[in-house]
Amino acid sequence: MASAQPVDSTRPAPPRRRRHGRRSSLRSWRLRDQITFVLAWTVGLGLCAVAISVVVFFAVEGIQYLRPSLLVTHPSASVSQSGSGGFLDAIEGTVLLGAIGLLIAVPIGVVTAVWVIEYGRPRWLGRIVESTVEIIAGTPDIVIAIFGLALFQLGAFSFLSFSEPGGAFGRSFLTAGAMMSFLAIPPVYTATRNGLIATPRQMREASFALGKTRIATIRRVVLPAVRRDIATGSTLGLARIIGDTAIVILLLGATLRLQSDGALGFLSGTGSSLTSYIYNNSPAGDGNAPDKAYAAAAVLLLLVLVLNWGVGRIGRIGGPPIHAERRLGA
Amino acid sequence: MNGRAGAVRNRLAPESPAWQNGPLPIEKLDLEAQLMAIAPEQTNTRPRRARAAVTAVERLRLEDVSVFYGNTPAVKNVSLSIRQGEVLALIGPSGCGKTTLLRTLNRLTELTPNASHSGRVLLDGEDTDDIVDTELRRRVSMVFQQPNPFPMSIFDNVGFALREQSRKRPRRRELEPLVDHALQRAGLHDEVRADLNRSALRLSGGQQQRLCIARAIAQEPEILLMDEPCSALDPRSTAVIEDLILQLREDLAIVVVTHNLQQAHRIADRVAFMYLGDLVEAGETEQVFSDPREEQTREYIAGVFG
Ligand SMILES: Nc1ncnc2c1ncn2[C@@H]1O[C@H](COP(=O)(O)OP(=O)(O)O)[C@@H](O)[C@H]1O
Ligand SMILES: [Mg+2]
Repeated sequence: MASAQPVDSTRPAPPRRRRHGRRSSLRSWRLRDQITFVLAWTVGLGLCAVAISVVVFFAVEGIQYLRPSLLVTHPSASVSQSGSGGFLDAIEGTVLLGAIGLLIAVPIGVVTAVWVIEYGRPRWLGRIVESTVEIIAGTPDIVIAIFGLALFQLGAFSFLSFSEPGGAFGRSFLTAGAMMSFLAIPPVYTATRNGLIATPRQMREASFALGKTRIATIRRVVLPAVRRDIATGSTLGLARIIGDTAIVILLLGATLRLQSDGALGFLSGTGSSLTSYIYNNSPAGDGNAPDKAYAAAAVLLLLVLVLNWGVGRIGRIGGPPIHAERRLGA
Repeated sequence: MNGRAGAVRNRLAPESPAWQNGPLPIEKLDLEAQLMAIAPEQTNTRPRRARAAVTAVERLRLEDVSVFYGNTPAVKNVSLSIRQGEVLALIGPSGCGKTTLLRTLNRLTELTPNASHSGRVLLDGEDTDDIVDTELRRRVSMVFQQPNPFPMSIFDNVGFALREQSRKRPRRRELEPLVDHALQRAGLHDEVRADLNRSALRLSGGQQQRLCIARAIAQEPEILLMDEPCSALDPRSTAVIEDLILQLREDLAIVVVTHNLQQAHRIADRVAFMYLGDLVEAGETEQVFSDPREEQTREYIAGVFG
């Protein structure tokens, strides 16, 4: 608007705009506060530097080896790096594991959180559930993996994986995905629970006052209100799943290619993920193709960055979350 | 005006079995009667708009009602009659039990774990404890102190109570006229008509409260409970809502809790004064304000006015 009009030089200059007035300076702070201030900045910047160098390293190292063909060709066993193909199977494996893991973890995490917050009776049972989730969250993935191996080698679960009359191998996408869900349940649960706690009681009461049952209130009011928290938790859980190696190696076999085995086709077959592919092709593994390991690592890192960015976006879709907005509106 | 009010009264008349069987399934509601919307009369003039209703019918009767939190009584032995066609204002200092009493009428106190009550609340002669809670709350609707719209669209907020009332979830098409009508009665239709899909949280505080009123009356309740509905609003929104209350009283029995005596004086036909859980005095507004029977009432009114 203003630029469309000719500048009127006779008009007095507009008053100088300022964002804020005088503030206290760092010098006037107490020594302890000054030290804390400097420390906080140093540590913060240090962390940023580490994160940036990881990204830059893989941007340079990884992308220089990354060819589009790597993304779409199957890997194959070969002594030379040029003959060992791409990592299509690893990408497929990562996606499949993430899907299975979330499919199991999201319902469990959400229902558990709803039960604990909306019902939570008897109290002692609620407390037990809370600490169980905390224990799962703190359990190292390798422990979860070996537990899963012991579990799924039981005869009762033989249909989930390749099995012989003597017993089941316990290794398949289904068994690995089931154990992966343990990684995703805690973040899904925690995010949902925090969302439920932040949802004002008045909102539930409004629904009851309109003649709704508790279950209808949860379905129509409470769950829609925490949609975003559930999405955030799921994204964090997914990031944990696709970043995990131990479960892939123990429970998926970390085989070169996807293999259909057993009763349920590729779901009960073995395979690999980007993480196990990186491990196998790193100098520590037996493929010894560091170029491809770097390329796969770049892809994985990119995936995680996109997910993190997605979490941030989810938090903003359709304006601030209800709790914040309600406070503004009131 | 008469046509609509008549239709509603017919539906609620004691010889009609409709209300005894609870709310009608949506598809059976008399759409035409509901669609004959009233153009709100713009009568913003008189400071006092209440009048003793000649035609008032008793809908809700409290018999010796006490409410306890744990062992502490918050409401003590209250007997009171609430009539359709008039506005009853509950007044009294804060903490005297107004909210508690109001929430007892639709059994919302049952959500408070340690609350209990004695005595009887009769809705058209039937003990409310014998009515299924969800049905009771559809007949005795409530508007809260803080506007509390759901985080969904304006349309879904108003349609909320109508949905899932019948076995079949009604389609948007079927709900549209009912939602429009409720918004009209709540005096909000003109302001939001352009986009009913907008989030209700984007409305101003006064609009949100009117949306909550629309939501509460959409299912054609018989009683409307309002807990300090204007205390979070500016004077202009307050005036709009007071007008609204006066228009609604034709079809509904309305109970308004307020700590604002001027407001009670403006809109109430009858006033009930509570003090420390006791119902000290209840009577016609003019009488209670100008010639209270009880000394406590006189002191309270003098204290606030003087
Ligand atoms: N959930 C509750 N638990 C225990 N005591 C309560 C609860 N709600 C209200 N009270 C008590 O009951 C009394 C009446 O409260 P309330 O009905 O909110 O009064 P008012 O609405 O008139 O301000 C107060 O003394 C209050 O402390
Ligand atoms: Mg109150």
